[in-house]
Amino acid sequence: MTEKKIIDREGLNQLIKVLLDMGFQVAGPTLRDEAIVYENIQSIKDLPEGWTDEQDGGIYRLKKRSDKALFGYVVGPHSWKKFLHPPERRLWKATLNESDFEIIPEESDPRKFAFLGVRSCELHAIAIQDKVFLEGNHKDPSYQLRRENAFFIAVHCGQAGGTCFCVSMNTGPRAESGFDLALTEVIHDNDHYFVVETGSDRGMDVIKKIPNRKAEAREVEHADSKIAEATAQMGRVLDTTNIKELLYQNLEHPQWDDIANRCLSCANCTMVCPTCFCSTVEDVTDITGDHAERWQKWDSCFTMDFSHLHGGEVRTSTKSRYRQWMTHKLASWQDQFGSSGCVGCGRCITWCPVAIDFTEEVPKICGSENSNTAVTKENEAPHENS
Amino acid sequence: MTPSLYTVKKKIAESHDTFSLDLAPRDGSPLITFQPGQFNMLYAFGVGEVPISISGPAPGTSGLIHTIREVGNVTRALHQLKKGATLGLRGPFGSSWPIEEARGKDVVIIAGGIGLAPLRPVIYKLLEQRNQFGNIALLYGTREPNDLLFTKEFEIWRGKYGIQVKITVDTADSNWRGNVGVVTTSIARVSFEPAHTIAMICGPEIMMRYAVLEMKRRGVSEDHIYMTMERNMKCAIGFCGHCQFGPAFICKDGPVFRYDKVKHFFGIREI
Ligand SMILES: Cc1cc2nc3c(=O)[nH]c(=O)nc-3n(C[C@H](O)[C@H](O)[C@H](O)COP(=O)(O)OP(=O)(O)OC[C@H]3O[C@@H](n4cnc5c(N)ncnc54)[C@H](O)[C@@H]3O)c2cc1C
Ligand code: SF4
Ligand code: SF4
Ligand code: FES
Repeated sequence: MTEKKIIDREGLNQLIKVLLDMGFQVAGPTLRDEAIVYENIQSIKDLPEGWTDEQDGGIYRLKKRSDKALFGYVVGPHSWKKFLHPPERRLWKATLNESDFEIIPEESDPRKFAFLGVRSCELHAIAIQDKVFLEGNHKDPSYQLRRENAFFIAVHCGQAGGTCFCVSMNTGPRAESGFDLALTEVIHDNDHYFVVETGSDRGMDVIKKIPNRKAEAREVEHADSKIAEATAQMGRVLDTTNIKELLYQNLEHPQWDDIANRCLSCANCTMVCPTCFCSTVEDVTDITGDHAERWQKWDSCFTMDFSHLHGGEVRTSTKSRYRQWMTHKLASWQDQFGSSGCVGCGRCITWCPVAIDFTEEVPKICGSENSNTAVTKENEAPHENS
Repeated sequence: MTPSLYTVKKKIAESHDTFSLDLAPRDGSPLITFQPGQFNMLYAFGVGEVPISISGPAPGTSGLIHTIREVGNVTRALHQLKKGATLGLRGPFGSSWPIEEARGKDVVIIAGGIGLAPLRPVIYKLLEQRNQFGNIALLYGTREPNDLLFTKEFEIWRGKYGIQVKITVDTADSNWRGNVGVVTTSIARVSFEPAHTIAMICGPEIMMRYAVLEMKRRGVSEDHIYMTMERNMKCAIGFCGHCQFGPAFICKDGPVFRYDKVKHFFGIREI
C-alpha cells in the first residue's frame, strides 16, 4: 500500500472534474425522491451534503445531519449493478425478408463509468457478479467492457446503518481491494478532509492531477477510528456457521410457511439486492412484423413467470419462491460460485414492505431446536411437481 | 448471445402434435458437433427462443435434427416454418448421456412422451457399436397410441439389433393391441443384470420418479441412474438464473444428471 494522501472538499470536486475531463461518466450518490440514489453527477454539489439515512426493517428515512458530511449515510435502494448490469438492454435486432432474416448484433456501449462512493459491501457484490458474468465458461462481453472500463472510488464506511451486517459476511466496512482510490471522510473539529488510498496505477495517475498532501499519522488515526466506529455499530448480525448445510437440511421447515404468510412476493428484495443477476428476455416486433428486437431485462425469482413450463409453473407458492431466494443467496450460491450470494448490505431488509429480515429468519430455520430431519422423501410415493 | 442462422432442410411430421426440423447452417459451414443429450436454443423470428434437444442423427437426415412438440407460442411458430426457412440457433449446450460409462454394461432406456427425442441419439450411438454393450432395453410410454414417436424405427432396432423395445400407453381404444399402463410396469418384462446396468431416463417428472424407484428396487445403484431435469430457460449459458434446480444450473450442469447427485432436491416439491 502506498502512502496515504489528504484531499479536501475542493480536492474531491477536482477529482470529479478530472474524471469527467478524462471522458468518464461519473456516477455517485445524490438525493432524489426522498432517497439517496446513484445517478450521474457533475460536482460535489450533487452529493447529498448534510444528509443521513435511518434504516430498519421496512423503514428508510432521510434526516438532516448536524455537519456537512458528503458521505454521511449508508446504502440506498440503488446499487452499481444498474450501470454494470443494466435493468434493460437490447441484445440484437433482426430484419425479416420473406422467410429469411438477418441478425444485427448490438454495438458495444462506448460509455466509461467512474463510480464515486462505492462501499466495501458493494465492491464485494461486484466481485460476486463478476463470477457470474466473467468467470464461467461463457463471458458476457458487454458486462466485461463496462466492468473493465469502470473506475472505482470507494468510501470506507464511517458509520453503519440499522440493517447492515457486513461484519458478519466479512465484506466490510473497510474496502480492502477492488478500488482505484478509496476515501475516508473525516470531520474533526473544524476540519473536513478525505484520507485517500490508492489501489491501482490508474488511481495513482488520477490522484497526481489533483491538489493533495501526505497524510499525517494523526489524520490516518482519525480515519481508522471512524471505520472502527462503523464496525461496532452494525445494525444486524447473522451467524453463517454451516449455513449452507443447515438450509439444505431444512427445505421443508415450517418457518417457510410462516414467512410465506407475510411475504407479498413483490420482488423488492431481488431488485435492490446488489448481487441478484437474474434476467429474462423479451422479443418484440414492430407493427409491420418485419423488424424484431430481443431485449434483456432484470427478472426476479419472485415472479410467477420465472418458473414457467408449458405444463404449469414450478414455483407456484410464495413459500417456494421465498425459499428459492433465501437458499440461493445463502446456500446454493456457495456451490455455484464459491462464495455467499449475500454481502450483508441490508437492502432487502430495509426495502421489504413487511420487514422480513434474513437475520431473524435464518436462526428460526437453522436453529437447532427446530431443525428437522432428512428431507429426501425417497420412500414416499412420488408426487407431481410441475 | 446472438444466434447463428440455420436453414430448415427438411420438416418431418412425427405425430399429430410433434414434428422434426432437420437443420443446416445457412452459410454452408460444417455442422456443429454435439453429444447425445445436448440441446440447442432455437429462435423463431420475432416470437422467441426455446431449448430443444438434438434428436438425431437418424436415418435420412443430415444429423442436426430436433423433434418438437407444439405446446405454445414459440413451438407453434417453429411448426409454421417451411422447408427452406431461416431460424436462429445457439448451441449445443449442456451435459450428455453417459455412453462411455455404459460400455460393457446393459443399458435400460426409459422414455416418456417427447422424452424419447433426446434419447434417440443415444440409441443410434449404441447401435453404431452394438457389440460393445450388453442387453439394451427401451421402455417407451405415451398417453395414447397416436402420441408415439419414431414408431417405424422400432422394428429395425428390434429386428436388426436385438433391442428389447416395450411400448405402453396410458389409455387406448380397442384397436390398440399393445400394452396399456404406466411405462414402469414393463421394467419387469425386459432382461438386464441390475448390478451391471446403466439406466437413462427422460420424461415427465412424475414418470421419472416412478422409474427411478423401480430401477432402485430392481437393484440398480443410484450412481448408475441418469435422468434429465427441465426448467424454464432464457439464456442457456448460466446468466439468466431461470434454470436453477437447487445448486444446479440445468443449462450447464444438466440437463442430464446422475441421480445420486441431485436426489436431495429431486424429492422436494416446487424446488
Ligand atoms: C433442456 C431442455 C430440452 C428440451 N428439449 C425439448 C425437445 O427436444 N422437444 C420439445 O418439444 N421440447 C423440449 N423442451 C421443452 C421446450 O423447451 C418447451 O416445450 C418450449 O420452451 C415451450 O415453448 P412455447 O413458447 O411453445 O410454450 P409456452 O408455454 O407459450 O412458453 C412460453 C415461454 O416459456 C418458456 N418455456 C415454456 N415451457 C418450457 C419448458 N418446458 N422448458 C423450458 N422453457 C419453457 C419458454 O421460454 C417459452 O418461450 C426442452 C426443454 C429443456 C429445458
Ligand atoms: S441478500 Fe439482502 S443483505 Fe444480502 S446482499 Fe442482497 S440485499 Fe444485501
Ligand atoms: S434466483 Fe432469485 S435470489 Fe437468486 S439471483 Fe435470481 S432473483 Fe436473485
Ligand atoms: S438458462 Fe439461463 S442460467 Fe440456465
